[in-house]
Amino acid sequence: MEMKKGQISRISGPVVVAEGISPRMNDVVLIGKERLVGEVIKLVGDKTIVQVYEDTSGLKPGEELLDTGAPLQAELGPGLLSSIYDGVQRPLPKLSEAMGDFITRGASVPGLDRERTWKFTPEKKKGDKVSQGDILGEAPEGNITHRILVPPGVSGTISSISEGEFTIEETICVLEDGTKLPMMHKWPVRVPRPFSEKLLPDIPLITGQRILDSLFPLAKGGTAAIPGGFGTGKTVTSQQLSKWSDAQIVIYVGCGERGNEMTEVLTTFPKLEDPKSGQPLMGRTVLIANTSNMPVAAREASVYTGITIAEYYRDMGYDVALMADSTSRWAEAMREISSRLEEMPGEEGYPAYLASKLSEFYERCGRVKTMSDAYGSISAIGAVSPSGGDFSEPVTQNTLRIVKVFWALDSKLRERRHFPAINWLTSYSLYTGHLDDWYRKNVSEDWSRLRQWAMEVLQKESELQEIVQLVGSDALPQEQRLTLEIARMIREFFLQQSAYHPVDTYSPLKRQFAYLDAIRTFANLAQKALSLDISLEDITELPSKAELGKMKFEDDIDTGIPAVVEKMHKQFEKLGV
Amino acid sequence: MQKEYRTIREIAGPLVFVEKTEPVGYSELVKITLPDGSTKRGQVLDTSHDIVVVQVFEGTGGIDRRSSVKFLGETIKMPVSGDMLGRILSGSGDPLDGGPPIIPEDRLDIIGAAINPYSRDNPQEFIQTGISTIDGMNTLVRGQKLPIFSGSGLPHNDIALQIARQAKVLGSGDEFAVVFAAMGITSEEAQYFMKDFERTGALKRAVVFLNLADDPAIERLITPRLALTTAEYLAFTQDMHVLVILTDITNYCEALRQIGAAREEVPARRGYPGYMYTDLANIYERAGRIQGKKGSITQVPILSMPGDDITHPIPDLTGYITEGQIVASRELHRAGIYPPIAVGRSLSRLMGQGIGEGHTREDHRALSDQLYAGYAEGRDLRGLVAIVGKESLSERDRKFLDFADSFEDRFVRQERNEDRSIEETLELGWDLLSMLPEDALTKIDRKLIEKYHPTHKKRGS
Repeated sequence: MEMKKGQISRISGPVVVAEGISPRMNDVVLIGKERLVGEVIKLVGDKTIVQVYEDTSGLKPGEELLDTGAPLQAELGPGLLSSIYDGVQRPLPKLSEAMGDFITRGASVPGLDRERTWKFTPEKKKGDKVSQGDILGEAPEGNITHRILVPPGVSGTISSISEGEFTIEETICVLEDGTKLPMMHKWPVRVPRPFSEKLLPDIPLITGQRILDSLFPLAKGGTAAIPGGFGTGKTVTSQQLSKWSDAQIVIYVGCGERGNEMTEVLTTFPKLEDPKSGQPLMGRTVLIANTSNMPVAAREASVYTGITIAEYYRDMGYDVALMADSTSRWAEAMREISSRLEEMPGEEGYPAYLASKLSEFYERCGRVKTMSDAYGSISAIGAVSPSGGDFSEPVTQNTLRIVKVFWALDSKLRERRHFPAINWLTSYSLYTGHLDDWYRKNVSEDWSRLRQWAMEVLQKESELQEIVQLVGSDALPQEQRLTLEIARMIREFFLQQSAYHPVDTYSPLKRQFAYLDAIRTFANLAQKALSLDISLEDITELPSKAELGKMKFEDDIDTGIPAVVEKMHKQFEKLGV
Repeated sequence: MQKEYRTIREIAGPLVFVEKTEPVGYSELVKITLPDGSTKRGQVLDTSHDIVVVQVFEGTGGIDRRSSVKFLGETIKMPVSGDMLGRILSGSGDPLDGGPPIIPEDRLDIIGAAINPYSRDNPQEFIQTGISTIDGMNTLVRGQKLPIFSGSGLPHNDIALQIARQAKVLGSGDEFAVVFAAMGITSEEAQYFMKDFERTGALKRAVVFLNLADDPAIERLITPRLALTTAEYLAFTQDMHVLVILTDITNYCEALRQIGAAREEVPARRGYPGYMYTDLANIYERAGRIQGKKGSITQVPILSMPGDDITHPIPDLTGYITEGQIVASRELHRAGIYPPIAVGRSLSRLMGQGIGEGHTREDHRALSDQLYAGYAEGRDLRGLVAIVGKESLSERDRKFLDFADSFEDRFVRQERNEDRSIEETLELGWDLLSMLPEDALTKIDRKLIEKYHPTHKKRGS
């Protein structure tokens, strides 16, 4: 396609003003001799304002500028999984081959490998009518089957479709109107991909982490926020989610984070194994890394690149988990660009459209019926880094207004070595109501009552703790001391979970239920015992209690729990209950 | 051929607006010649067809409408060479020590490109600073950026100097080359640094950049970039391990705010520009290790927190970029303890990667956790003692109270020239822990206690 030429008339930091072209909003332009990539963000009179994704030093007024006539797009097709990209989908390993250890300017490297071939097996045949979102065929990729879809906006009757090894640019299917379809297509990152219907999120994203699944569940297609950045174990939590959550695809967007920390992710993730398939975890992962010193405009784009890739896999009928770390850095990128544009600022200098951008992003998540009537979902977990630890700042506030789950990572718990360091009093999940049905059908009728019971005990404990701090626990009546004891069991046995222990690291839902239920059984029996004037010491020293605590590390935990409960009953009987 | 313009239209604060005809590149270097023949340098901040905005590093004092402006056609470059060690340069990179100009082996762009995260190497080599509170509790590793958060009147300069003098990587004879960038510090402070460098011979392996309090504020914006460009050259071309000390970041940020205000930008928090995070990241992120390269850059920036307020935008944004912080405490300083490092509020995010077996010693992590816990408990009890008196404490509590006092007196406190090895630091830690009842050492594995606890050791021998 012939690209229209224009001229630079002004440069100020990452903002360039151009004349002589009349692009559409959000179109990509290539600037100067080095073809730096930029995006149209404003049109004023005959002037075009462009935000440049790279350093603009040395650019001069009068230099040429090309209008590509298309918005910022992501390349979608086989080869995305196990990639490591920057914010505008340039593969970082390729960049380091092309320009060495430092990221210099003007390198254009396509997001997907053009040479590599993929084995395509058609599912449709000649004469089939297809429309957007239909599955043409499959190609194995990483740990999953990559479904090749008819790109949005395309429909017709297949005149030929071929099986075999193809690169992503080779035609695999021709429609009767002559449209040639390769495995790859492009999609503008700022536009949500179409689907047929949005569904209520009523299936949990199972993580195998007891505090998450049992107390603060996230639904498939749901949104969650974690406050991060204070060394609270955000990295371990997100790694556990990547490893164990029952999403087939994991997308990790490192947005404006530390280089050395990103390196930790980039070096540890490829070594991790997908525990369920035994294959490398990277086989179902896409990493996007745009560190704090990489161009700010690319940082702003990185979140969109991530969600677009997520939507693409959702459209194939997969469940995708997207982690954005951190959305505060993303918001700051918006603030920075907005102030370069001399826009009227809102709160704390953030642009007035901050809230709508955040909600637009989270709204692209959700569980949907795809165009081909499959079911797919995107669950998003966004880290927020409140400046000065102040939760009233605009990014945190606007995020909390949108997301339905809040996992409050707590540095105090971390100091006490309570892992995962998620505070059970300040965290919340608004999905519990939607998910109860599912839990009732698939785990136990009693699920929501059990959760309610555990939350009540923990709540009571925190009230009692205040008194204990004043007068000491000896001054409490036996019954309240029992509550403290039960709460301690919930905390230490159930909520604490070791990410490094082979058995404890993942706990299936049935096991979670059985475990918590056993603690409740103990609580009920102990209550009865107290009412029969049996001393609290005798109750807490019952061997089955300690045994229950150790149970979580045992290989035979699933048969072990009922056995301990049986012993428990016998021991209480001996006490006279 | 470079044209000279005598078409200054406006001068406002550090900014000069020039009318011109030739295209001028963004961030291009500018030379302004005053009527008296002296010259000033600047950088293009905004360029369009007819008007260019120049930010003048040496301040606009003395520039008039007839001054000539010359655009040099290139961005700011730093001449670098392996012979730079031992040199003292101004905040704009000119020799101040009366020595010859630097004969460049290369001329590098001072903006510096971002290291590809994929090319980075994981920082994990323990740096022994000889300061127990850092080595034992907030370990520094090669390639880390660990700022000192301080306040006015606190001895952060002494701490920085002590680190510069004593820093070494165990098991390797490699010494650190020091790149020192002063931004807006007083000449008295600068002299203090220089004297110390000269006295200890550290100057031989140091490159010093001095922008003093009476030097133009705008120059402060390029001083750290010159320093880091030099550091990158020494580290990644000359294979040296470089320790960069930047002081004082607060002055740098003030200069940033000043420029922002002069350009009539929309400010973010407390009048600082909205891009301060990115700007600081462009400085701090120029630290680290690169796969396949021998050298490394470790940064110790110093910043004084205005009003000791850690939530002020400067320490706050810094904390989000750097890998932890060393916090200086006024309380400890008042108690006459040097170095007054508040271990509880300090943090090294890369500590885990640089300690333990193969780095320091197997018991390091557990020991430091226990010291943290014990000290925190003892400090909490101080509050209680103030209300109820020491007598009403239990035996156990009294031990914790004494432990906290001894911890400050023996572990935190050390001489300005006291260089403790990591073994000494760890042994000191065990020694202090033996003041506590053994069953209170819940964070340490049984096996480690039996191996390292003084009581067991005595019994063993």
